[in-house]
Amino acid sequence: MTQSLSAFQEAFAQALQLGAAHDSAVAALAAQPGFAVYRNTVTKGCVDALVANYPAVARLVGDEWFRVSAAVFIGQSPPRCPMLVDYGATFPDFLATFAPAAELPYLPDVALLDRFWTEAHIASDQTPVAAAAIAKVELHELGRTVLRPHASARWKWFADQPIFSLWRCNREDANTDALRTLVWRGEGALLVRPDATVEAIELSAGGCAFIDACGAGAQLASASLAALDVEHDIDLSALMAQLLQVGAFGEMHR
Amino acid sequence: MPVVGSALDPRVADHDAPTAGLGLRPPHYADAADAAAPGLWFEVHSENYMVDGGPRLAWLETIRTRHPLSLHGVGLSLGGDADPDSDHLARLNRLVQRFEPFVVSEHLAWSSWNGVYRPDLLPVPRSPEALQRAVANIQRTQDTIKRTLLVENPSHYLEIAGHEYGEIEFMTELCRRTGCRLLLDVNNVYVSANNLGFDANAYIDAFPSRYVAELHLAGHSADPNLGDALLIDSHDAPVCAAVWQLYARLVARIGPRPTLIERDDDLPAFDILLAERNRADHLMQAPANLG
Repeated sequence: MTQSLSAFQEAFAQALQLGAAHDSAVAALAAQPGFAVYRNTVTKGCVDALVANYPAVARLVGDEWFRVSAAVFIGQSPPRCPMLVDYGATFPDFLATFAPAAELPYLPDVALLDRFWTEAHIASDQTPVAAAAIAKVELHELGRTVLRPHASARWKWFADQPIFSLWRCNREDANTDALRTLVWRGEGALLVRPDATVEAIELSAGGCAFIDACGAGAQLASASLAALDVEHDIDLSALMAQLLQVGAFGEMHR
Repeated sequence: MPVVGSALDPRVADHDAPTAGLGLRPPHYADAADAAAPGLWFEVHSENYMVDGGPRLAWLETIRTRHPLSLHGVGLSLGGDADPDSDHLARLNRLVQRFEPFVVSEHLAWSSWNGVYRPDLLPVPRSPEALQRAVANIQRTQDTIKRTLLVENPSHYLEIAGHEYGEIEFMTELCRRTGCRLLLDVNNVYVSANNLGFDANAYIDAFPSRYVAELHLAGHSADPNLGDALLIDSHDAPVCAAVWQLYARLVARIGPRPTLIERDDDLPAFDILLAERNRADHLMQAPANLG
């Protein structure tokens, strides 16, 4: 072997990506029919990882469209590490700039909820704050209490489009009936994994503002004001009950 | 010759000695936890469990309390001309410490290069330089996880001109220089022999018994364009008759070794895999009974 190992790898990687190699020994390898097995396996591994991590997007756009967009994305942002469960964190941003996706303006945000699901699924374990723990807080202390979002909690308000409904209808339950009655309005979403299963609930603008403030370390009094600021008629006790029930908080400080 | 611990971790003493095992995939978690065959063990891809928390780790914890576990890595790039990624080694070490697998294995291949990971096991030209590099990478890994590593023979699809060692010679040298042991994948031998035109029986007969600590059995598929002229190690089918014959021939010579049925794609029901696993278990005890 006259060629160094690193030169071999460099040329092999180039041939995998470009289909040709400057190095003549590796170019001869790339001309063998077996070379395609490596190229196909690498591509399949990346595409399968994206399909697994973005199932709602894959369902919305169909297999062929997804494969085309995935191929472009993989060319720009190949995996950097072998944990493919975490691959494609920037796929939502990519879709926002991918010209063929322009006619599907909700696609990047639906992708973001798929990403939230992955992040919640593999986040650190944490016992959620129980509703009973809050019930024990004296009323006059409640306003000064700080609730920190659960380690797995991910949330966002989408002002212009019903992203949560679009996502949920295309995720596991694939309930397309609900799409017929879809109201085109803003929706927020919260995903959290209090135990083994990722839970997803819809949140209003005020609900999102509330948990934004909690995430920034605000006391409940000021988190409540933040919620009222964007949604003057919000039912704060119903919101708290809903957040506690889903396990949205991981820590409580007084 | 630095030998790091034993290839088989003594801490598996709380279970039956591992005989035949199954690759573990998420749809089979509950079945795997409940399965009770004597000697049954499970193997997972280490990379799928390099996460902070969540159900994967919780299931692995449950299954680990009931069965011996093997950690099989696909991402260390032992055959590449670079040190193993220190973050990746640290993650592997955390898994080894937490789950106390009875074996830890990797491949004679590379996948990461210049900061890009390619999800495949790419080929290594067997030169003195590559040998020296693989030795250093195996030593580094063993020093980090404080365990003997098992190294698996690759599947081949290309005639690479200029190999300076035979594959068995190369892998034997790895064992001599690092104290590592070998994971012999019988299907990989069959696929490679078919694709490169060598005699699978001769390879199996020449493989050094003393270094073999684990065996793999898997299914393969024919290339969609070239058919049987090019077989692909796809892990998406049952073990074929010819691979069972190679396996029986091998265990008749070297005796029983922990043997895994590897299935990663087109996953059938758990019972179907368990039946395949039981066949390996029976053959391991009585290789003459291949029927």
